[in-house]
Amino acid sequence: MSDSLLLDVQGVSKYFGGLQANEDVSFQVKKGEIVSIIGPNGAGKSTLFSCVTGFHRVDKGRVLFKGQDITNRKPHAIVRLGIVRTFQIVQVISDMTVLENVMTGGFLRRTRVEDVRRKAEEVLAFSGLIEKRSYNALELTIADKKRLEVSMALAMEPELLMLDESMAGLTPVELRRIIELIRKVRATAVTVVVEHVMEAVMELSDRVIVLNSGRKIVEGTPKEVVANPEVKRAYLGERYNAVGQ
Amino acid sequence: MLIGLVYSLLAIGLTLIWGVMNVLNFAHGDFLMIGMFLSYWLYALAGVDPLFSIPINAVALFLLGMFIYRFIISKVMKGPALAQLVVTFGISIFLSNLAALIWTPDFRSIGHTLLSGTWDISGVKLSIPKLVTSIGSVLTSLGIFWFLRNTRTGKAILAVEMDREAALMIGINAERINSLSFGIGSALTGVAGAMLATYYYIYPFVGGTFGLICFCIVALGGFGSIEGAFIAGILVGVVETLGGYLFDPSYKLAIVFAMYLFTVWIRPQGLRGW
Amino acid sequence: MRSITGKQMAAGGAVLALFILLPLVSSPFGQHVMILTFLFAICGVAWNVMGGYAGMFSFGQAAFFGIGAYTSSFLLLTFQVSPWIGLVAGGFISSLLAAAIGYPCSNLPGHYFAIASIAFAEIVRIVFTNWQMVGAAEGLTIPMLKESLAHFMFHSSKLPYYYIVLGFLLLAVAVCYWVSTSKMGYYFRAIKESHEIAQVLGVDVVRYRLYAIMISAFLTSMAGTFYAQYILYIDPDSVMILPISVQIVLVAMLGGAGTVLGPVVGSAVLVPLSEYSRAWLGYKGTGMDMIIYGTLITLISMYRPEGVWGAITNLMRRGK
Repeated sequence: MSDSLLLDVQGVSKYFGGLQANEDVSFQVKKGEIVSIIGPNGAGKSTLFSCVTGFHRVDKGRVLFKGQDITNRKPHAIVRLGIVRTFQIVQVISDMTVLENVMTGGFLRRTRVEDVRRKAEEVLAFSGLIEKRSYNALELTIADKKRLEVSMALAMEPELLMLDESMAGLTPVELRRIIELIRKVRATAVTVVVEHVMEAVMELSDRVIVLNSGRKIVEGTPKEVVANPEVKRAYLGERYNAVGQ
Repeated sequence: MLIGLVYSLLAIGLTLIWGVMNVLNFAHGDFLMIGMFLSYWLYALAGVDPLFSIPINAVALFLLGMFIYRFIISKVMKGPALAQLVVTFGISIFLSNLAALIWTPDFRSIGHTLLSGTWDISGVKLSIPKLVTSIGSVLTSLGIFWFLRNTRTGKAILAVEMDREAALMIGINAERINSLSFGIGSALTGVAGAMLATYYYIYPFVGGTFGLICFCIVALGGFGSIEGAFIAGILVGVVETLGGYLFDPSYKLAIVFAMYLFTVWIRPQGLRGW
Repeated sequence: MRSITGKQMAAGGAVLALFILLPLVSSPFGQHVMILTFLFAICGVAWNVMGGYAGMFSFGQAAFFGIGAYTSSFLLLTFQVSPWIGLVAGGFISSLLAAAIGYPCSNLPGHYFAIASIAFAEIVRIVFTNWQMVGAAEGLTIPMLKESLAHFMFHSSKLPYYYIVLGFLLLAVAVCYWVSTSKMGYYFRAIKESHEIAQVLGVDVVRYRLYAIMISAFLTSMAGTFYAQYILYIDPDSVMILPISVQIVLVAMLGGAGTVLGPVVGSAVLVPLSEYSRAWLGYKGTGMDMIIYGTLITLISMYRPEGVWGAITNLMRRGK
């Protein structure tokens, strides 16, 4: 049991001034799973990610990774332990090529430049960007930038990959490609995904966790969650009650 | 100590420019220098009392500021951040040395003005020019506060300062606001220059120290905060004078700089929001 | 950064040969100008490590230049320590001071950092101007010793100084090149992009910023020691003032911030320009040379802010 338990989030709460961004959120992620965290805007998904990965200090609760308490550790230390995250607004390094961007991630695990370059090329082949390795990162389309972001993460050889809305704003074809990539990744690492794109959530997830107003309200398989009236209410608001009753 | 009020006035101008367009005007002190010289020459050649040169300076520096924004600063706005930092250094070096060339590096001062001399209040000697300068600075600062809060243009400037994107979206002409702000900020140095000229030494390189102190004040008050700049200016004036009494006067400037460093280490946003 | 091609090595070799032969056919003044050029090039390369690569725009490098000059001179005067040892000592002191100041400044955004660097450098200058032990405003005069390499002092000709400073420059360039092609360089550039993305990539931002600052300070300090041994007189107003810091930034910016050789080019343009114009126009006390200088700075910022190195490499690529 504890062997396959990768991430254990226990009662995490986070306040910003008067606002409660996360309230007593608990969930677990096992090795090899794809877990989606969904919820309406402002539900606290990104804040939760930031709390887990050390970008925000938690006010209450703990985060355990492979049994180790990583609560409030520095972001780079958590990355070193094996959790990598991406951001909602895709971030790449602008005065570098695609290859150099991925290499920067690769330096986490390797020291010799040649080794790092080779690993980066491997990753780019895996994610389908190898043809564009000499492009400047800014020249890529949004979809390719998102793939680059995932590539950079993969070069760091994570055990847990947390993708914050990697699929927003993609065309159906691009969406398909990213979904395939995430499937490929699952074989090597666990994925936790924050998503608005329900199609992707339904297809990919083993489990779905729903947040609303900072709290976890539902957890289950995709089918269970979608059928849950509480979830509908969270997304559509109280109007649903008035209309649907 | 009263010098703090002049600092406030200068800092308000600088923070306005920063708040609106994110530019650190290293030539701010040199604009002050030009204001001081303008008052001096009006006095020396036309007998105009510095007090009356205030409006003339304000207009002249306003125009100079807008001119420099329009033809120089606006060109680097889209460039790298480094260029924006360096270009005003260039203007500063240009202006101070041009002044030295045209007017020689000699120190000058204005002798007798309408309001000069000292006031003796139960043994305490107050210098009238300094007093007038302080009052003038406060009045001008209040005037600027009023302008920004109560006129259409002023409110537009505040809007851009607060959120440039949003301001653009509601149709405010950002370019116009930029050049207006640069103009107003510069006009304030003209006003300060006219008043300082009544008791301070006037020479081409006087702007350097004032400029540097201004930066510290703006940072202390919180970049972009007008009230912050006002309060910080007074604070720095007090600290500088106290520092001069408690320690060696030659360390005055170092104390101001140290104050800046400690403030940004402990509370990066300065006095803003306190 | 890609590895150097054969053509680039040839071009580099040619330029190096030129640098080696040029002083032999120049007047002493010409040699002097070249020495100053190399000196500023070293400082510009050093600035680049923290500014061009890691995004920390320092306008206070003169502080380290001065500390380097003062450390070696003071040790020489008071304890008869060899300037070569003084050079290393100065470098260490500068690095440590840089780290001490750089640490609390770690999270300062660009403009705040720039002003902090000015504040720091001015504090250093004011302290040294009032510090009796190092000569206060009068400064220090380096004692005339018998000319030798060990004494780091030559009287009969500037040539030994020239080749030493050229050697220092090659060292600085080598360090910068090594940094740029190694893990540190990649991490610096990530930090420059944003602290957030650097953290996501596993970079200990605070630590790597300190590395950048310390390397930069050490190299700049080295140049300061050379200056002291060359000019044989230092005072705060000649080694610690803001205009020196600004010139260092300009040299890097004009040449190309974020490139290894950019500052060398930038210095080769800027320093002779300012030295010769001062010689021809400045002696009259008119400051005309500074007016030109100020104009140049303004124009460069407006029209060629990314520097000339990019243009040169393009030319080289097209020409061959």
